[in-house]
Amino acid sequence: MRRFSWFNVTSLTLGFAFLYLPMVLLVVYSFNESRLVTVWAGFSTKWYGELLRNEEFLDAAWVTLKVAVFSSTIATVLGTMAAYVLVRAGRFRGRTLFSGMIYAPLVMPEVITGLSLLLLFIGIGLDRGVLTIVLAHTTFSMCYVSVVVSSRLTSFDRSLEEAALDLGCSPFEAFRLVTLPIIAPAVISGWLLAFTLSLDDLVIASFTTGPSATTLPIKIFSAVRLGVSPEINALSTLLIGIVTVGVITASIVTKRAAVAQARDEQAAERNE
Amino acid sequence: MRRFALITVPYFWLLILFLVPFVIVLKISLSDVALARPPYTPQLDLSAGWEGLRAFFSELDFENFVFLTTDDLYWKAYVSSLKIALVSTLLTLLVGYPIAYGMARAPNEWRPTLLMLVILPFWTSFLIRVYSWMGILSNEGTLNTVLLWLGVIDTPLQIMNTNTAVYIGIVYTYLPFMVLPIYSALEKMDESLIEAAEDLGCSKLAAFWLVTWPLSRNGIIAGCFLVFIPAIGEFVIPSLLGGSGTLMIGKVLFEEFFSNRDWPVASAVAVILLLILIIPIILFQRNEQKAREAEG
Repeated sequence: MRRFSWFNVTSLTLGFAFLYLPMVLLVVYSFNESRLVTVWAGFSTKWYGELLRNEEFLDAAWVTLKVAVFSSTIATVLGTMAAYVLVRAGRFRGRTLFSGMIYAPLVMPEVITGLSLLLLFIGIGLDRGVLTIVLAHTTFSMCYVSVVVSSRLTSFDRSLEEAALDLGCSPFEAFRLVTLPIIAPAVISGWLLAFTLSLDDLVIASFTTGPSATTLPIKIFSAVRLGVSPEINALSTLLIGIVTVGVITASIVTKRAAVAQARDEQAAERNE
Repeated sequence: MRRFALITVPYFWLLILFLVPFVIVLKISLSDVALARPPYTPQLDLSAGWEGLRAFFSELDFENFVFLTTDDLYWKAYVSSLKIALVSTLLTLLVGYPIAYGMARAPNEWRPTLLMLVILPFWTSFLIRVYSWMGILSNEGTLNTVLLWLGVIDTPLQIMNTNTAVYIGIVYTYLPFMVLPIYSALEKMDESLIEAAEDLGCSKLAAFWLVTWPLSRNGIIAGCFLVFIPAIGEFVIPSLLGGSGTLMIGKVLFEEFFSNRDWPVASAVAVILLLILIIPIILFQRNEQKAREAEG
């Protein structure tokens, strides 16, 4: 049995303190009575109240949620299609360009992606707002989805699909009945990744939005530019809480699914 | 037929929303700034036919690129972005390696939890993680308050709005990108190799330097590129934590576009930034390729 050595305990403790202390302080000061974020003046939840009464923040939160739901859903469909093309479609004209366009947005600086999309939207005379942010977010997050999904597609046994086709399934039925259930965990994590990327994005949204739509990151950015404020701390605490609950739930669900799958596979092997 | 549709839809999406915009950036970077809507010239006039097309191409030139080389601000911004990205990548390696090492050598039942603890911040908003340092580093911030109270310093340290704050911000936000590849390299390593080295007379440090470090090299290189590449074009960190003296190209581009409304120069800045990034991206892909081949 392996144990922790003192060196490893020290490096892990310091490392995780560095990772988590700033966020802990952020949460603690969101319950501070004083407007000065650095002086502790007693426990209070008044900033949460102020936040919920702030129409601008609520509007921005609603816009952000809409954009994230639409863009991540479209991105999941397109990204899964793209992954399928990359892994299964074999050779076709322009395949190199296609895979290049899938991987390039992953390493592209956000300022460039944002700038180029804005110039496109202006060029074709599209009014900037929710629609243009959705288009922009879909474009970069579909690439993340396709990377996640294609790694799952490469690892699974292709003969299962072929068996379904031999047994009389149409290609679409084979996909829906065999492939999709197997790659479902990757598709779901792709959707979650796309959703988080969209919720989080400041730079591309700033370029592609117009006066009619302000997202939460844009709102937060313009507020914190002027300095630290307890409302933003309260908002951050809520967002951190939602993400933590979401990630932990997702990991428990995938763990259960993995256990169930391992059990099924063992049962199948016993039956053979 | 179905295969055709399957390929066409994502293909055209990316063509129209990824490739075409770049062609537009390239085109505008060769145009001149003008007091018009949109604020650049020449405009492509397709109704004029072949003549219009020729007139359009004859007016494109490299003036903006020449301007970038003559104006100090821009090349200094590129150099300073590269410097900041390089220094913070090395700092991230310094902070990240011991964490990855500790995780890889932790008891098996602890590893999923530790992995989760590294990944969790990655899912939390980037903007919020950068913001959390504003309350710590400012003159009346937590760090200065604690240090004053301890009597380590007499006057508050000016960290906020300096390059130091930018380094801290980059190390903090990109740390998971460094830790995860190094961890996966170290985790795969056969630990009996270290025992063998020690049996053969290596000290613990020598065994680390001669065995562990080279075996984790692919992870280190991957981690460094994953931090270095996005750090060059970073915008949020320098604009929130950096000061007026912090020059980074992402910030310059953003301001050139929104404050000065000089679209041609902003586009030229973007084109050069892309050219600079191509080298590390190709090196990174080579490294990944080699790692894959080594594995099987």
